[in-house]
Amino acid sequence: MTQSNSSPQPPQTLVAMRGMGVFRSGRWLVRGVDLSIRPGEIVTLIGPNGSGKTTTAKAAIGILAPDAGEVRRSAGLVVGYVPQKLAIDRSLPMSVARLMTLTARASPAEIDAVLDRVGVLHLRTAQVHDLSGGEFQRALLARAMLRRPHLLVLDEPVQGVDFSGEIALYELISELRESEGCAVLLISHDLHVVMAKTDRVVCLNGHVCCEGTPSSVAASPAYRRLFGDRAAEALAVYRHHHDHTHLPDGRIAYPPGGGDHHHPAGCGHDHGADDEGRDAASGAKEEADAASREHDHA
Amino acid sequence: MLDDFFVRALLAGIGIAVVAGPLGCFVVWRRMAYFGDTMAHSALLGIALALAFDWATLPAVFLVSALVSMALVLLQRRGGLSTDSLLGILSHSSLAIGLVSLAFMPGVRVDLLGYLFGDILAVTKTDLAVVWGGAVVVAAALALLWRPLLAGTVNAEVAAAEGQAPERARILFMLLLAFVIAIAMKIVGILLITALLIIPAATARRFATSPEVMALSAAVIGAFASGGGLYLSLGYDTPSGPSIVVAALGLFLLALLPLPKLSASAGKPAASEPAP
Repeated sequence: MTQSNSSPQPPQTLVAMRGMGVFRSGRWLVRGVDLSIRPGEIVTLIGPNGSGKTTTAKAAIGILAPDAGEVRRSAGLVVGYVPQKLAIDRSLPMSVARLMTLTARASPAEIDAVLDRVGVLHLRTAQVHDLSGGEFQRALLARAMLRRPHLLVLDEPVQGVDFSGEIALYELISELRESEGCAVLLISHDLHVVMAKTDRVVCLNGHVCCEGTPSSVAASPAYRRLFGDRAAEALAVYRHHHDHTHLPDGRIAYPPGGGDHHHPAGCGHDHGADDEGRDAASGAKEEADAASREHDHA
Repeated sequence: MLDDFFVRALLAGIGIAVVAGPLGCFVVWRRMAYFGDTMAHSALLGIALALAFDWATLPAVFLVSALVSMALVLLQRRGGLSTDSLLGILSHSSLAIGLVSLAFMPGVRVDLLGYLFGDILAVTKTDLAVVWGGAVVVAAALALLWRPLLAGTVNAEVAAAEGQAPERARILFMLLLAFVIAIAMKIVGILLITALLIIPAATARRFATSPEVMALSAAVIGAFASGGGLYLSLGYDTPSGPSIVVAALGLFLLALLPLPKLSASAGKPAASEPAP
């Protein structure tokens, strides 16, 4: 991958999160999340509604302050953000070109280039309120790219886009990563569409249920339990043991007496097996990769 | 020239309108019309304070408006009640406390109508200096604040993620609004300041294709409304503040009229279709 176009790249990990938790209105939205994003990789967060995907992404880029754990960002990290919902009030006149320079200056030539890149150059002077869902998402993507970010954060970027548009948009995101060399943190509820383009998948449901390559996550029992067997790929590459079950609201059902308390990793009770599972996951990663390549050729 | 009361009134009205227009655009975009009202109502409490402690009116009004807006920020963070309920509480209680406090000062002669509806024809040279000095400060601050404030208006989270510090911009904007209300109070009065913020901005929306054009148009439209209202007031001996608002409303209604079609074919097909 080339790294020619993005801002001077901080060499180390872009975002490092350890034991991150966010507590709101009397409950943990997410807790105990470990997540790191390295330059140039695509990390996808998947999980059901309310599983804390958006919360985790917001904590990663500093929009939310975590209530537990720590989040470290590399110095001078430039973020481009496409939020899940962005509604511009109709009272605010805004052309596509003007939207591009919302948070940073850019020359008309740069604006034209980035609009052309995402295929909406012809809409340059159109008002944002008149765009279709897909056109608006592309314009938002262009705006985020124009900043030459080290990290592009895309929260459900294919909303309001039909299926063929969805695939085209993911293709575009993947191409942009290749040409711009930025890392991408992608939030999706559908692993299948993003699978081929993702380096690493983190499956969330209030905590990290499993993580690894797309194929290994698809094959994991935790993923099956969340999304159903039909959603899971028939690639039983690795298994890791879950000691916990989820309550109907997605919280973890801890053993009686264990309580809903936060405990550090490796303290040896109830979640120990989960840690083993993750070790197994990383060990099985290469196998899983190999399997997925095989699968692709089949 | 400044010795003519009408010229002073005209210049003061235009000075206020020129900054109220762009600020009013943000009030419209951020749906803060009721917030503007709340701050204006709290100004009466500021006047009561100024009279009770023999302070200058302008800083007292600014202080109270600023405190009320910060109270809103804190109450919003606390959560539980919607913003419009919080504003209703703050708005009417500060107005009521202001009126009650004034009643406790029987020795003080208060021209209540003057404060509520403005007395632009009594503008002194000092007032004029305050209005234009204030207008320059507000315009400069708004220019500096433009990008983060606009980014935060479009989406606070995007602005935060991309280093624009939207919360700081929002608080500074509230302080600017409090300041404009304090200097505009004498011109249009507490009850009508919001109109001068919102109506020219709403009128400008009709023609604008970018936020910057809308802000500048609102300033120009507000200046015309001010001038027109004052001539109305002079000609028909009507109160100046309400006259300015009526003139602004006139421009707004005028802007609602359909624009003449530039291309002849654009609007025609429906009309030329034969009746079924």
